[in-house]
Amino acid sequence: MEITQRELVTMIHGMLFGGFFLLALFGALVLLLDRFNPDRIAADAASMKPAPRWQTIYLIAMVTLGWAAVISGAYIIYPWYRAIAPPGADLALYPKFLLTAHPTTAGWHNFGMEWKEHVAWIAPMAGTMVAWVMLRHRAAWNAHRSVRSTVLGFVAAAFLAAAIAGGWGAMINKKAPVQGGQSIQLMGSTR
Amino acid sequence: MTEIKLVPPNPVANGPVAAAVLACGFGCFALGALAVAADGSRSLAAALNFYNPTGPLSGVATVAIALWLVCWALLAARWRNKTLAFGKVSALAFLLLALGLLLTFPPCGDLMLGR
Repeated sequence: MEITQRELVTMIHGMLFGGFFLLALFGALVLLLDRFNPDRIAADAASMKPAPRWQTIYLIAMVTLGWAAVISGAYIIYPWYRAIAPPGADLALYPKFLLTAHPTTAGWHNFGMEWKEHVAWIAPMAGTMVAWVMLRHRAAWNAHRSVRSTVLGFVAAAFLAAAIAGGWGAMINKKAPVQGGQSIQLMGSTR
Repeated sequence: MTEIKLVPPNPVANGPVAAAVLACGFGCFALGALAVAADGSRSLAAALNFYNPTGPLSGVATVAIALWLVCWALLAARWRNKTLAFGKVSALAFLLLALGLLLTFPPCGDLMLGR
């Protein structure tokens, strides 16, 4: 059972960084909704305690996953995806050219990838802001309902942006997978 | 332009959060605006081509992130220990965020570029 180096890195980008970032954003949405509870707000405001350690680790991990997803996508995967195919080359190794070579598949690049490559960056930016507010300004969160609503709105926007980017990424990679590079054997052959 | 006024003192200042939220909205808008501008201008796309294998996306993302962080730092310094009319800041931030999301949507960019 083999996998190529580019396929492995693409899996790490999409399924590890991107997938877990999307899950973490949804978890953050649930966490923040739970913190709208008036009793919880009153208790938290009275105790003046900082964020629990697990929340600190969770939010920092969420932000790290988000930035890892967009940076690995833009600077490792995307150059493989958009590499210019030399004349006569096997287009299977040049996904952008494979897609744009046919009118029936060009939309996967001209619409899907063009949208994904930009909208993705909104998710870690918003996620960073949300994590920073939740970790450093809990008092403002507890004191102002408008702060809570706004931060919740930005988490929802981050989730939407990450879902668009992740969804298109998965579909485009199914249509024209990024492949090539050294083969890595994951498991011995079986009969 | 909406004027953001100070409101009566509140025991818990919301200025730093307002700075973070507004800067984030601005960063998202900058990303969308730069993406459309680079798509419409070859010279700008070339100028934003910071890393050739990635192309203009490298410059679009880098400049948008730099603008976001600079805006955040400036607003945080200005609004430290202040309590603002958060509703107006929030409305402006959501407007910028929505514009940023819309501008990254290819049909909107194409419409703006007359394609």
